[in-house]
Amino acid sequence: MEFFRKKTNIDFMGKSTLTTVLSLVMFSLSIGSFMVRGLNLGIDFTGGVLVEVSFPQAADLTAVRSQLQGLGFGEAQVQNIGSARDVLIRLPPREQADSGRLGQEIIAGLQKASPGVSLRRIEFVGPQVGKDLTQGGILAMVVCLVIIGIYIMIRFQWKFAIGAIVGVIHDPIITLGVFSEFGIPFDLSVIAAVLAITGYSLNDTIVIFDRMRENLRRARGVGSVPEIMNRSINDTLSRTLMTHFTTSLVVVSLLVFGGETLRSFSIALMIGILICTYSSIYCAGSTALYLKLTAADFAPVKKEKGEIDALP
Amino acid sequence: MINRYPLWKNILVAVVMVAGLVVALPNLFGEDPALQVTFEKSGKIDAASAEEVQRSIQSAGIGQSGLYYDKGRVVATFPTVEVQLRAGDRLREALGKGYVVALALEPRTPRWLAALGLKPVSLGLDLRGGVHFLFQVDMDAALNQRLDRYAADFSRILRDNRIRRNVRLDGRTVRVELADAADADKAFELIKAADPNLDLRREAAAEGVVILARMTEQQIRERQNFAIEQNTVTLRNRVNELGVSEPVVQRQGIDRILVQLPGVQDPAQAERVLGATATLEFRLVCDGENAFDAQQKGRAPMGCELYKERSGAPVLLRRRTIVTGDQLVDASQTFDQGMPAVSVRLDAKGGREMLETTKANLNKPMAVVFVEQKRERVERDGQVIEVPREEKEVINVATIRGVFSSQFQITGLDITEARDLALLLRAGALAAPIYKVEERTIGPSLGQDNIDKGITATVFGGLLVICFMAIYYKGFGLIADIGLLSNLVLLIALLSLLPTALSLPGIAGIVLTMGMAVDANVLIYERIREELRNGNSPQASIHAGFEKAFAAIADSNVTTLFAGLVLFAFGTGPIKGFAVVLCLGIGTTMFTAVVVSRAIINAIFGGRRLERLPV
Repeated sequence: MEFFRKKTNIDFMGKSTLTTVLSLVMFSLSIGSFMVRGLNLGIDFTGGVLVEVSFPQAADLTAVRSQLQGLGFGEAQVQNIGSARDVLIRLPPREQADSGRLGQEIIAGLQKASPGVSLRRIEFVGPQVGKDLTQGGILAMVVCLVIIGIYIMIRFQWKFAIGAIVGVIHDPIITLGVFSEFGIPFDLSVIAAVLAITGYSLNDTIVIFDRMRENLRRARGVGSVPEIMNRSINDTLSRTLMTHFTTSLVVVSLLVFGGETLRSFSIALMIGILICTYSSIYCAGSTALYLKLTAADFAPVKKEKGEIDALP
Repeated sequence: MINRYPLWKNILVAVVMVAGLVVALPNLFGEDPALQVTFEKSGKIDAASAEEVQRSIQSAGIGQSGLYYDKGRVVATFPTVEVQLRAGDRLREALGKGYVVALALEPRTPRWLAALGLKPVSLGLDLRGGVHFLFQVDMDAALNQRLDRYAADFSRILRDNRIRRNVRLDGRTVRVELADAADADKAFELIKAADPNLDLRREAAAEGVVILARMTEQQIRERQNFAIEQNTVTLRNRVNELGVSEPVVQRQGIDRILVQLPGVQDPAQAERVLGATATLEFRLVCDGENAFDAQQKGRAPMGCELYKERSGAPVLLRRRTIVTGDQLVDASQTFDQGMPAVSVRLDAKGGREMLETTKANLNKPMAVVFVEQKRERVERDGQVIEVPREEKEVINVATIRGVFSSQFQITGLDITEARDLALLLRAGALAAPIYKVEERTIGPSLGQDNIDKGITATVFGGLLVICFMAIYYKGFGLIADIGLLSNLVLLIALLSLLPTALSLPGIAGIVLTMGMAVDANVLIYERIREELRNGNSPQASIHAGFEKAFAAIADSNVTTLFAGLVLFAFGTGPIKGFAVVLCLGIGTTMFTAVVVSRAIINAIFGGRRLERLPV
């Protein structure tokens, strides 16, 4: 079986103006949503208490709420999670002594009211830890970008490096934009997913760059740079789609079977894969073009001493 | 010859694969919830006592499914976690003092595999259930304690040398106020002799001379380091007292300590014991003073301090303590005339002090003070901050009936208090108060759920990829599938060898690796197809396909590896687990997709005339 029996010859670079505008629009919308709505940050970052309990039968949320009210947790959010028997209780961070004990108090209180209740999990994060995790996350992103940029610069060429970094910033920002627009819970695992996407998106861009480098070297002045870039994207197209397809297969499997804990993580991966399929085809190459990439950038360097010495 | 592997390469692939299979094998057998019994002192148990313990386990009727003696411990396995937890409580009661009954997970690995030192992947807390705490060490309190000690020491030294002085703390400076320059000279020498490293300065004051003593930067750093090291040791001791197998107690960053207790289901009890700062002090009662008077005036007479008894009645105690909690070397909970009591033993210095005090104060009352560090939030300058507060309570006032030194009993506590206090005193005091900044407790049912979900996602995702590859690339697809399965086996084998625990994000990493692993095969196969389209012979196409795709495979994997390494460096807990799997996965993928698949392709297609390739 083959997706493309014949060699495809799609003019990707010809649409670069259109895709650049599209990218800029998505990018600005994401940043806008980010500023206006902000991310729906989980307790990993905000601090607070989260308790998950399991009832022997379907849980009566109204009763749970009034029990919590009675215990002095009127501000608690109560919702079902996964099944009707499992209940998630969230408490915002409190300016009070011993907020770390609240989770244990809730469990004890609920168990007194209905003895069949069993503890699934308690999570408590102090405000300082939340701050540290946020800083750690941002630092990780920055370091990751810098290292990857340096690597591509060494391995390829600075115009490609910038193209790749544009793609690498483009993908996570739009992923985060979708997270903020739809209020998908943003927890620590999403940072891991976003960094994984960063690596993955690059992986793709690099395969295409690799082919561009090869074709540019081989072309030796035959054909314009955009033509050669088109040729390279077409050459690798079936691989790009294949790989994204198989990765999507496993991510969908994670999304469907991975449960509540991995939900946000899988969503981030899913969005990221869709966007980086687009960006590795359209964005990275376009950026390199805007930077006036020429075949000469890849001409084998001649190391004839006399020539260099003769230069003024 | 084209597309033939030399023998050594084929042997290498075979050896790696067989080793991988054997190492990964223990994971097929799973684990049982278990209890392990050891001696409290040695952490082991000898064969003779083991038989005795086994007999008492059998007679206790706790529903164990297996019982054996292994590597210095008695192990009882159970069908479910619920039975295990119930049995744990019963067994602790039945065996009594001197034994540690710890919750554990025992692999069902067959003997011959276990004998090779092989074990299944160790599971993280989110998969097996348990408690995770992150404690912050209160560094300011650690410093203040040291400064208090300096102030008390200076005061004592100067008193012993009959120098009139007034010692007090001013922020992080100890101020010693003296009457005149002559006294100041003597005092300066004495203080310098006591600790030559302190930063000492003299200043003229309105009345007399002041000596200012400060700790140097290095002393402060040393003190803080000491506090955190000491606390780590104490927490480790306390964890051992709790009875948990494979606990984690480690320093994290400058001032935090991570504690992980697999299998523990009661975070409240664990936290009470770990975070407790309870200790004891022994003081003489200020005889002949009226405590009620002092309470009304709000001022205690010279050398005395006002305390409260449990009943709420005021009592005046001498400022000077006879013995403090850190001089206690052993403690156990007993009964004294039917009342719960704590039997304590003092170290040599404490014993001497106690002996002298009781000799000199026969028939006078002495008090036992229960000291606990608590934290409360107060508003200061518009900001809410947490400050430590010391809560002291007199648990018992008794007349000294006889002379005693290093061993005696304390009453006045209820049974839980007595048991917790004995445990705390035994494990040692914390050098500085700690408070919890993070908790993650996972119940056993959620842990099992997470395992099930992880396995389902892995199997389902894997099958989808395998089917798709077989359909899309036919024969070569099947070879990629063999590579994919070998990849999974090698990855699990590596994880079994490493001490890193596998968490749910780690499983997600495995699933993701499977999705991305075929990328290398795809790159190679697409190249082969391209070469074939260009009219090259099948053998040349295979050769060129592998050759040309390698640069792209290496480059793209290196970038993902960077992302993984950054995640590993900055991530904590489960994120680190994900990063480990991601990085290992890249290594195994490179091996299986490039070397293993090639070996199979060479073995099947290499070195013969081919009309076409099933790709």
